[in-house]
Amino acid sequence: MFEEILSGVEEMNVQLDNALRFHQTALNLRAQRQEVLAANIANADTPNYKARDFEFGKALGTAMQGGVPAVSLATTSPLHISASAPVTNPQVKYRSEEQASVDGNTVNMDTERAAFAENALQYEASLTFINGMFSTMQKAISSQ
Amino acid sequence: MSSFELFNIAASAMNAQSVRLNTTASNMANAESALGADGKPYKAKQVVFQAVPMDASGKGQGVRVQQIVESAAPGRVVYDPKSPVANAQGYVTMSNVDPVEEMVNMISASRAYQNNAEVMSTAKTLMQKTISLGQS
Repeated sequence: MFEEILSGVEEMNVQLDNALRFHQTALNLRAQRQEVLAANIANADTPNYKARDFEFGKALGTAMQGGVPAVSLATTSPLHISASAPVTNPQVKYRSEEQASVDGNTVNMDTERAAFAENALQYEASLTFINGMFSTMQKAISSQ
Repeated sequence: MSSFELFNIAASAMNAQSVRLNTTASNMANAESALGADGKPYKAKQVVFQAVPMDASGKGQGVRVQQIVESAAPGRVVYDPKSPVANAQGYVTMSNVDPVEEMVNMISASRAYQNNAEVMSTAKTLMQKTISLGQS
């Protein structure tokens, strides 16, 4: 009896996990990209700093296809519920230079600001999707 | 790595830019100083920025003031025989501050500061939305 409930819980857990995994990974990557873009903006006046970025779509694809190892919870008992999440480790590359500056800096503030604003919006979109999934699940489990 | 790194990156840049603003203010204030703290004509100071990785992954790089250098430009020489620091010929060597350059520096620093302040406010909005995830 207990075993059955447990396996049921685990089954549900895995389904919840799978349902949220895509948006979780996307959110993670958006946060990382935000960081890289913030670094570009921060270093707009640093000599020899090269602007960097990564391709979001490609990084998400790699993470979802399991191209990178996943981290999983260590279980010390067979009764523990296992869980794993893909590690997001995007390949950060240097931006191609648009306008050379004398000090070797390649940050183009307009490009960075635009990318930063876009990325922030996409991050919020991911949050909205997750919130939507949560409210759908709430509706499904509430007795009406 | 944590998403709070965004704040650190923006803060490091704001810090660095305010140091730059400080040196600009100091240069502007001393544009007419014939004597610096060391008794010699005041030399214009410039900051040198350096990128610093904020965490082990090295993705987020903040910025810091690596050093403050003194401009090697020759000082302005004015004829003022009444001045106590005038030389035998009556010339006084003033500071080597170029007010135009300082103004440009000031505008650039304040714009960069604003940019990073905006990065921080965006980061704050995103974090607030993230911590209220699933509560609506």
